[in-house]
Amino acid sequence: MSVFSQAMSWLSDGAHWQGDDGFPHRIAQHVGYTALTVAIATAIAVPLGLWIGHTGRLRGLAVAVTGALRALPTLGLLTLMVLWRGIGLTPPTIALVVLAIPPLLAGAYAGLESVDRATVDAARAIGMTEWQVLGRVEIPLAMPLILGGIRSAVLQVVATATIAAYIGLGGLGRYLIDGLAVRDYPQMLAGSLVIVVLALVLDGCFAVLQRVLSPQR
Amino acid sequence: MPTAGRRACWATTPTPEASASVTWFLDNLSYIRGLAWRHLWLSVLPVALGFVIAVPIGWYAARSRRIGGALLTIGSLVYTIPSLPLLVIIPGLLGTSFLDPTNVVLVLTIYAVAVMLRSAADGFASVPRAVVDAARASGYARWQQVLLVELPLAGPVLLAGVRVVSVSTVSLVTIAPLIGVANLGSLFTDGFQRYFTTEIIIGVLCVVVLALVLDLLWVLIGRLAMPWLRVSTR
Repeated sequence: MSVFSQAMSWLSDGAHWQGDDGFPHRIAQHVGYTALTVAIATAIAVPLGLWIGHTGRLRGLAVAVTGALRALPTLGLLTLMVLWRGIGLTPPTIALVVLAIPPLLAGAYAGLESVDRATVDAARAIGMTEWQVLGRVEIPLAMPLILGGIRSAVLQVVATATIAAYIGLGGLGRYLIDGLAVRDYPQMLAGSLVIVVLALVLDGCFAVLQRVLSPQR
Repeated sequence: MPTAGRRACWATTPTPEASASVTWFLDNLSYIRGLAWRHLWLSVLPVALGFVIAVPIGWYAARSRRIGGALLTIGSLVYTIPSLPLLVIIPGLLGTSFLDPTNVVLVLTIYAVAVMLRSAADGFASVPRAVVDAARASGYARWQQVLLVELPLAGPVLLAGVRVVSVSTVSLVTIAPLIGVANLGSLFTDGFQRYFTTEIIIGVLCVVVLALVLDLLWVLIGRLAMPWLRVSTR
């Protein structure tokens, strides 16, 4: 357990809590990348997923694409992006967005599919337009699954952003990659523990949000 | 990219890049084959171990509501832990050497159990109560009910779980070179350090092909183990 006490003293060292290499800055970066990526991916995938779920069109294609994207190795995509697009924030962001799309898409179309057809027909029968059916019936009822998709996308991006430190992205993954370069195991362990705590906290927030926003108790 | 490879094989005038890729692939075939073998056992072992561990726990989780719910919650919590940090934490917990492939197998097994636990619980929960009662009524012992009745009926759901885990494991193994455990992912780190795109593309293709081959293998094993399914599906 001595490695863990070394990691703990690394964590509690005041010098590691300030400046650009400090935990507050690294955590802010990590959360920032995650928020940016998930926002972009949500803007692309959720409307698409809602359209697929509402109309039932292209469903087979969506299932195939989400499956294929899941098989794509993260590190391969990240390194390829850098060689194609150069160093900077853009290549990892593109890669992270691509990897965040499958859970979001799946959550959106599976959410709409989970809505009882009879409820949707009833909404149409009382004279709702298609947009009202979508906005007032289908989306609220599908909300837990849509949020579930966002939740898995967030966790996926938190994990992948860590790996993206290898191609020069900032954030908490830096402790792992920089620590490895100088064989500083306590630093790597300290960074890893912080990432795990961050992932669990974010997951907990979404669990609460899902409970609050689900229509039926 | 597959079109590039096909062009190099069939077209009369292959593009220079495509033929360079094929040349590099053929020149380094024994290196890639070595990495692919390591990749194969680093992915098959966790899936197999995960299956053996998750099935009994999943069976138990399907039977008892309270403890089962708790087990499934633990499983989904474990699954939220990012992979690279877990690869760093495990050697510290176990005192194993940092570069030991055992850490990779262990971490992937943990994820495999976390995912398959749910499909195993769903599979066993889907077995109709009446069938198990009928087996008991016709004199099956307890272990016979589980092994000869419940397990085969849960089979298709278990197989679906294995296939999902297998694809994601083959892809997840590729981060192991970051902590010094070589496999097909080494083509990414090596290609990145040398600024050599061809090597990374070939790496991605090899990983996807390996995932597909393994998936076919599970389907084949499923067909051999559950021959009755061939009759019922069309």
